[in-house]
This record gives sequence, C-alpha cells and structure tokens, in this order.
Amino acid sequence: MELARVVGTVVATEKYPGLTGIRLLLVEPLDENLESVGDPFVACDSTQAGPGDVVSWIGGREAALAMPVTFVPVDATIVSIVDQVDARSLP
Amino acid sequence: MILCRVIGTSVSTVQHRVYDGKKVLVCQPVRPDGTTKRSRAFLAVDSVQAGEGDLVVVAREGNAARQVLGTADDPFHSVILGIVDDIELA
Repeated sequence: MELARVVGTVVATEKYPGLTGIRLLLVEPLDENLESVGDPFVACDSTQAGPGDVVSWIGGREAALAMPVTFVPVDATIVSIVDQVDARSLP
Repeated sequence: MILCRVIGTSVSTVQHRVYDGKKVLVCQPVRPDGTTKRSRAFLAVDSVQAGEGDLVVVAREGNAARQVLGTADDPFHSVILGIVDDIELA
C-alpha cells in the first residue's frame, strides 16, 4: 500500500466493458510527510474518495481484487481514505 | 521480503471492508545496518504487533499478504511478517 492524494477525476465514456461504473481518479504519490513525490497516475476507487483526500492504494493483482467484480483489468485501486499519518522520517 | 524500519502509523475511517480492524504502519525500507534509507516509505498491514521504531521484515506481494491476513480474494498487498531481533552479516 502506498500514500497518494486525489488531484482530479478521470472520465472515459468509451472503455473496456468490464470497467463500466468504476470511478477513475487522478492521484499523485506522496511520501510519509504527505509531500508529492512523483507524477500523477490513474487509480480506481473503492472508497468514494474525492479531490483533496489523502488515500492509500494498492497495485498489482490486488487492485482488481478490491473491486466489486474481481476480474477486471486494473492495476491500481484506492482502498482507504487516510485520516491521519503520524510518521517520523529517518534522517 | 525486505527490511524496513517502522516509522509511524496511518489511520483511516473510510476503507475497504477487509481493512477494518487492521493496524496499518508506515514502513521505511532500510539497508541491513537498520538505519540507512533505501527507497520511499510505504504502508503495510501488521500481523505481529510491531510498533514504531521496530526493524521488521515485510512482504510486498499480494499472495503472501493474503495467506497471512485473509481469504484468497481479499485485496491485501503488503504485510509485516516479523520483528527483527538481530542481523548478523557474514
């Protein structure tokens, strides 16, 4: 699982049939201090997250397992909306 | 499996149902010395009552995580498998 912030929504009308009804969000990866550390990418949502939310996401096969129908072609899914991260970075 | 230092906690209220009741910790990958950062920190579900400051072994792969934490279809990806007492380098 990794941290990210939702920075937008993605709308695709024409898509693979198995993706119908799945929310697509644009997220930017974050470090433990909630600072941006890379380019945004598209993730599915299982939590009703919205823009501005800090979330955690999973990749790989597990991304599909988090969706209502588990045989879908996705590689990143948001699995929680993060309320608080309390972390002390190593020096 | 990789060595990580637990550097904090993450708390969520709204989450996928399989994460309800699970403790999620912030894990910083480290070199075998236990303190030198290796790559970006990430989150992992705890299975061994680890806590902040512990050196741990983490599996970042779904099949291992599912074996430890849930059923065959639960969407887990990273799990803390052990708390390291000591590392002896040859």
